[in-house]
Amino acid sequence: MKKRLALYSLIALVTCALADNQVATLRGATELLDNQVATLRGATELLDNAPAPSMAREINNDQRRVRDYPMAAPTVPHKIEGYQIDLAANKCLSCHNRLRVADSQAPMISVTHFMNRDGNFLADVSPNRYFCSQCHASQRSVKLLIENDFVSMDELFTKAGTSH
Amino acid sequence: MWSRLTSLLLNGWRVLVRPSVHYSLGFLTLGGFVAGIVFWGGFNTALEAANAEAFCISCHEMRTNVYVELQETIHFSNRSGVRATCSDCHVPHEWTYKIARKIQASKEVWGKIFGTINTREKFEDKRRELAEHEWARFKANDSLECRNCHEFAAMDFTRQSDRASDQHSTALASGDKTCIDCHKGIAHHLPDMSGVPGWE
Repeated sequence: MKKRLALYSLIALVTCALADNQVATLRGATELLDNQVATLRGATELLDNAPAPSMAREINNDQRRVRDYPMAAPTVPHKIEGYQIDLAANKCLSCHNRLRVADSQAPMISVTHFMNRDGNFLADVSPNRYFCSQCHASQRSVKLLIENDFVSMDELFTKAGTSH
Repeated sequence: MWSRLTSLLLNGWRVLVRPSVHYSLGFLTLGGFVAGIVFWGGFNTALEAANAEAFCISCHEMRTNVYVELQETIHFSNRSGVRATCSDCHVPHEWTYKIARKIQASKEVWGKIFGTINTREKFEDKRRELAEHEWARFKANDSLECRNCHEFAAMDFTRQSDRASDQHSTALASGDKTCIDCHKGIAHHLPDMSGVPGWE
């Protein structure tokens, strides 16, 4: 009986030690390294709150960016913080709408935005294209959390040795 | 009743037009001077108190509508800790204009008593009208309350974004446009903008 008890406690001890070790390895694995994000929480324990990352500034240089494919929604090259886009007013359209571009010299919204879901062209922006920020996002200069392995079609064409 | 009132008024008038019997001219002059200072000070203090943010948002109409909207904006929350509160934009600083504006604002007391905008729905229905009053006021005084802080002569265009300096060095510099022409809705939500110039 005594021998058995001793054996059991030994097994229990070893198991505990192993488990502890495993937790330690797990914790090590979730430590944040560059380009290695385990989860959005990072290495923060479940019951703790991670410090919020500092707010990055919106890029505001008005430089148009290349789109990765022709139908891609262009990103916004200026600050849009606080822009009101609702039933009452649309701040974006006060520069980018058809009648506003002469004054603002901003690019006019794409003609596809005047087309409703049945393919008919309307006189003004189609309601299903009204909420600009659903597709168009301003950019912030931040370090990438994970490496982006997106391959653009241009690169594919280059690799294939063909031109488009 | 009527004759008693007129006799009371007449007696009062007689006291006022007769030379003083009990008090010396010096006392009355100095006393009047001191009382003047006290009353003027009191008047100004009351006027300033009515300019305080706490006074403005003591009405729920302001507290739950426009004040909440202001809190999201750069004029309330920013990196340098400078804050513009209600009166900075809505009450002229100069005395004459301030008094004129304060007298005009007595209409707001009427609105408060009769509950003109005492619900969110009523406020939203009136938002365009109220906004237009403010736009017209800013347009008429060349955006004076903006310029109390944002002085054109002190603007460093090199510190502005290209778009901002383009507009400020042309339309604003020539006096063709004033601040409010482009910067509508910077401190509160915009009303329905259909038909407003620049929002076609």
